[in-house]
Amino acid sequence: MKRILATTATLALSAGMAHAQELRFMCYQDGTECQAWEAQFETFHAENPGITVIVDEVPYAAIIESLPIQLEVGEGPDLARVTDYGGLARYMLDVRPHVSDADAIEARYGQSLAWARVGDNAPDGIYNIVDQLTATGGFANKTFFEQAGVDMPEPGASWADWAEASRAVRDAVGVDFAMAIDRTGHRFAAPAMSFGAALFDDNGDPILVDDGFRAFAEQFVAWHEDGTMARDVWAGAGGGTYQDAAGEFINANLVMYYSGSWQIGRFGRDIGDMFDWVATGAICGPEACTGMPGGAGIVGFSHTQHPEAVGAVMEFIARDDVQAAVLAQTRNIPANAMLQEAGIAYEDVSEDVAAALTAFAASIPSFSDTAYALQGYANNRAIYTSIPARITQAIVGELSLDEALERLDQDIADALAEAQ
Amino acid sequence: MVQIRAAGVALYEGAFNLLERPMLALQRVLGQHRLAWVFLLPNLLIFGLFTFVPIILNFAFATTSGDRIIIGDRPYVGAANFASLLDCESYLNPNTCRRDLFWRAVHNTGWFVVLQVGFMVLFSLITALILNRDIVLRGFFRAVFFYPVLLSPVVVALIWKWILQRNGVLNAGLDWAGFGTVNWLLEANWAFFWIVFVSIWANMGFYVLILLAGLQSIPGDVYEAAEMDGTPRWRQLLRITLPLLMPTMLVVLVLSLIRAVQAFDEIYVLTGGGPGSATTLLIQYIYDVGFATRPRVYGLAAAASLMMAGVLFVLTMAQLAATRKRGEDG
Repeated sequence: MKRILATTATLALSAGMAHAQELRFMCYQDGTECQAWEAQFETFHAENPGITVIVDEVPYAAIIESLPIQLEVGEGPDLARVTDYGGLARYMLDVRPHVSDADAIEARYGQSLAWARVGDNAPDGIYNIVDQLTATGGFANKTFFEQAGVDMPEPGASWADWAEASRAVRDAVGVDFAMAIDRTGHRFAAPAMSFGAALFDDNGDPILVDDGFRAFAEQFVAWHEDGTMARDVWAGAGGGTYQDAAGEFINANLVMYYSGSWQIGRFGRDIGDMFDWVATGAICGPEACTGMPGGAGIVGFSHTQHPEAVGAVMEFIARDDVQAAVLAQTRNIPANAMLQEAGIAYEDVSEDVAAALTAFAASIPSFSDTAYALQGYANNRAIYTSIPARITQAIVGELSLDEALERLDQDIADALAEAQ
Repeated sequence: MVQIRAAGVALYEGAFNLLERPMLALQRVLGQHRLAWVFLLPNLLIFGLFTFVPIILNFAFATTSGDRIIIGDRPYVGAANFASLLDCESYLNPNTCRRDLFWRAVHNTGWFVVLQVGFMVLFSLITALILNRDIVLRGFFRAVFFYPVLLSPVVVALIWKWILQRNGVLNAGLDWAGFGTVNWLLEANWAFFWIVFVSIWANMGFYVLILLAGLQSIPGDVYEAAEMDGTPRWRQLLRITLPLLMPTMLVVLVLSLIRAVQAFDEIYVLTGGGPGSATTLLIQYIYDVGFATRPRVYGLAAAASLMMAGVLFVLTMAQLAATRKRGEDG
């Protein structure tokens, strides 16, 4: 009798375990992405009664600093919302065997799927579903331009045009800064490519400092010397520390700000009707008019105990209707090609926000192949953190620009050697 | 009340008796001397786990390379990380070093330690001497000087950031008074001055307290005898106060020296190590290399931290030797 009871209990437990698949989803958000996904998972749970997805909202720093260490020791969540595809690629789960229609996912997300197909990952693997395509680009304080009586440069204007116009506006209205660029190599890379930086050789190996890169670096340092650029942003920190100038733009201390589409929601919320602002559209250098693509996406990890369940979640996340619902709420640009074509009916957005979303989405086709290559490059974080460290040394006079660029090349070489 | 007290005593004695038999048995088996190790064991285990094991791991990381965190996955490179850090044409010129940022951090740390410790000990001593006298509102001023010690370093740094930033309180005051404003945290020399100043402001109260205790332990009759001999105040300071305060000063010096070498949080929040690398100290270099940049160069960070630990070890040994020598002399 005891034996029968024990066997029955074991079977019941095993059956229960087989059905209750609990997945932990580590999520960070720029706006309301985690809440939006949590709401969508209600539908997922109804459609997949055996799987539960628990959303653990964490700060971005946890994704950048803690998650890689957890994954390195074989721990961590089943899924996460990340931006460092190259750095985390080796821990990611290829869900292609676990989805019913891989071709549909490929057709919609092909360009961003390539960002995680690096290193030893399969060249046709499905590792990431991007739910927030971002593009770097500029924002301008339209009210300042109107007050100053200066014509705002059109989309496609050059960096030199923007510098000249921004200086004129700054002097006319008496604000602190003409221009600012976020303190990160990711933002620096776009104008550098527009000035002709190739970044990679024919074999796909990085060659950071070339004539184009040097040309923009010289211009960038010169803009700091003549006061065009807000010195506080790059000189206000050390090492590879990230620093933005969103606060200066929101507080109307800045005429033109080069950042990215992820700021749109914040500007819509924080600027309100204090002043009018616009997205600048593509800004050109002598060689190109590119910005940098990027974005956050959801990935599964290979250590998961439930790869099929992770596959089911990823397929759900990739669905057009689900993505459209999340994007409408989060006010992000779609990475899904079908939705890019059809457009998103954003909920309750102001005129400024709607126009900015359209302008950023319109600028994406002008992005160069090099920009996509850099975004998909496994060691791009080494480039992004080394550039601010060394260029700032040239800005504050610790090193000459030549010395700084020489050190920058050496830093990248050292980082690549270490990464191997 | 008496009954409760008696019950408590009985309970205590019962528990004590309960332990007595097994302890006596253990003592018979191990002997009296070995029994001490049994009492020390829990503390030793915790100490070993959280202090010795990390030190050993640090050596393991320092002698391997790569961005993997599992030691077994990291290739052994011997002393290559140390050699890379020490690869310099001239240690006085960081630009000639392969790891120039490390040597900039070493130089910055050296200057920071000299200036911060020197001025902090001096100001702490002057403040303690004043607060030891019978001045008005003495208790209030003692609390005022100690108050910053109670604040979190991050709070201290944020307060001073609001004061020193471009549109901060200090510049607003200067502007109102008709003076020009200064970008205090964007000019290398000013930024360095302010990290020293803020660090002294935040930590001085702790050392003032130690020195006050030292001053109050000096017997009053020594001063009375000096007064009767007509010894002037400045001579009392030089011949009585300072010599008798020297052991306390030594403790203050060593503690402040070690804390200055380890400075990180206040400075990181206040300046981020900038502008450029003007306020990057050693701990921030280790943090940047090991955690903030990609790929994380754990080997280099571990080697740098071991070199810093070596310096701290030498400083501590010097302090012990000096204390022992004074003990033998005195």
